[in-house]
Amino acid sequence: MATTTALRPKQRARAAHSFARPRRSPLLTALTGLILIYSLVPLAWLVINSTKSQESLLSSFGLWFGDGFSLFSNIKDTFTYNDGIFLRWFANTLLYVVVGAGGATILAVMGGYALAKFDFPGKKGVFAVVLGAVAVPGTALAVPTFLMFSKMGITDTPWAVIIPSLISPFGLYLMWTFATDATPTELMEAAKVDGASELRTFFQVCLPMLAPGIVTVLLFSMVATWNNYFLPLIMLKDPDWYPLTVGLNSWSQQALTAGGDVIFNLVITGSLLTILPLIAAFLLLQRFWQSGLSAGSVKE
Amino acid sequence: MVATGSVVAPADKVAASSRHYRRSWAGWGFLAPFAVVFALVFLAPIAYSIYLSLFQDRLIGGNSFVGADNYKQALQDPAFWESVRRVALFLVVQVPIMLFLALLAALAIDGGRLYGASLFRIAIFLPYAVPAVVATLMWGFMYGSQFGLIGSINDSLGLSLPDPLGPKWVLASIGNIVTWEFVGYNMLIFYSALRVIPASLYEAAAIDGASEFRIIRAIKLPAIRGALVIATIFSIIGSFQLFNEPNILHYVAKNAINTQYTPNMYAYSLSFSGQQYNYSATIAIIMGLLTMVIAYTVQLRGMRKAL
Repeated sequence: MATTTALRPKQRARAAHSFARPRRSPLLTALTGLILIYSLVPLAWLVINSTKSQESLLSSFGLWFGDGFSLFSNIKDTFTYNDGIFLRWFANTLLYVVVGAGGATILAVMGGYALAKFDFPGKKGVFAVVLGAVAVPGTALAVPTFLMFSKMGITDTPWAVIIPSLISPFGLYLMWTFATDATPTELMEAAKVDGASELRTFFQVCLPMLAPGIVTVLLFSMVATWNNYFLPLIMLKDPDWYPLTVGLNSWSQQALTAGGDVIFNLVITGSLLTILPLIAAFLLLQRFWQSGLSAGSVKE
Repeated sequence: MVATGSVVAPADKVAASSRHYRRSWAGWGFLAPFAVVFALVFLAPIAYSIYLSLFQDRLIGGNSFVGADNYKQALQDPAFWESVRRVALFLVVQVPIMLFLALLAALAIDGGRLYGASLFRIAIFLPYAVPAVVATLMWGFMYGSQFGLIGSINDSLGLSLPDPLGPKWVLASIGNIVTWEFVGYNMLIFYSALRVIPASLYEAAAIDGASEFRIIRAIKLPAIRGALVIATIFSIIGSFQLFNEPNILHYVAKNAINTQYTPNMYAYSLSFSGQQYNYSATIAIIMGLLTMVIAYTVQLRGMRKAL
């Protein structure tokens, strides 16, 4: 419901401009529907199989329900298995997301604003350096970062995961393009004439106009942090600091080691519980992030 | 002539400053927090990597400067080149398929001819919110011929589909996971670029009686060229850094995916199970350079066509 209401003004604006609204096409809907089905089938698989017990997982058809409905016992087992380590991983993930993605958003918004609205020495080099640095493989950074952090004594602590999460080159790029259009230079000049300082201009004049872009960057850095696997994998040895991703994979691997407890039903249910918060965030906030991504549309 | 030139110059400067706010150091003040952390987690490790790649840690003689020796070794390392070939193959097959599907979906949703367009937009995007770990575990289960979908289909239809986790198909299976994860993300990048095309262009096209395909070719695609270039660059970088999916599948497909399957996995296993930090750093630097060269080439070509 939220989608249609959010979209309607834009559609109306567009329909008023263009001559006739194009006719809807069942054929095109069906073809695009194939991509839709492709996107949703694995998620359906996950939901269906989270209702199966470990035995029923092996005996029933993958895309249909098995005997018995074990979703609630699976959820209970997921949360209580191994003294509730899953909850601990959940809390860790929240910590990394709040501090890491929150910080990344603040840095990207300020940096993007600077690149969009100021002309300063060395600016041209900044994007080249950022893009060049992004091209270096994660391992190129991971190994030396790990060695550096272990000399600083912060491996196996939350800081080792949080500090690298503070940089979002994509967020910087997005805020840069967004702020270029969203904050009129004339308005900033006017604030300046009225005697506002740079900081005041930023916080009181520009920040409100940047809001859709900020939500967008926040959401995307949340996803990046929530989904991060490689970085915590190398930085953390102590399972007590694992985020959900590394934890779930350790459960999955445990089944493959000899004598390990086979808990694929908990891996599946845990996976479902891991993605629900993000999907909920995207669905609830879609009005903001979608206008953030396409906010340039006001500029005509 | 000289006099006119100097008169024109300030006017140019005024024009430039109306786009940007003002030439000053204040910009650095806002950029500084990003720059400091960036230097710590990107530039310092890169510098350290370069340093590591020029040294060797030997049992006898300890840490010593070896110049380009590590690089020579890497360039003659068949395992390294095989992994590079693999991600290059992945790049030329998977990235075009993914971007093409994403572009199709974006054009279809933007074109206003779909029933329930907003449902399509959000649903196709949803897989992006799924962590690579969960996506890989999920697809890994489905690929499994024991209790996966493939197994179920084989059992119920009496087929014997090839094992998606066998050596022959596993790269395609990884490509499928990555495509699934990122189609919606790229679709969204294209879609938001399409939304900012001014309506006046469409009006002009409508007056000219341009067909839908002509509008796509003459207006929409040129207008989103920047987004296409950016999406391509990010996809190239992503392909060369392929790690999560093969690394997780490696545990269920041990004979199809070894620890040197991609350059990133090779570098990872060199340093974390082999303790060969210097050689690992060398591999990573070479891959970084390779990625940069290709990314910049794409960017330059994309920009030149735009002019």
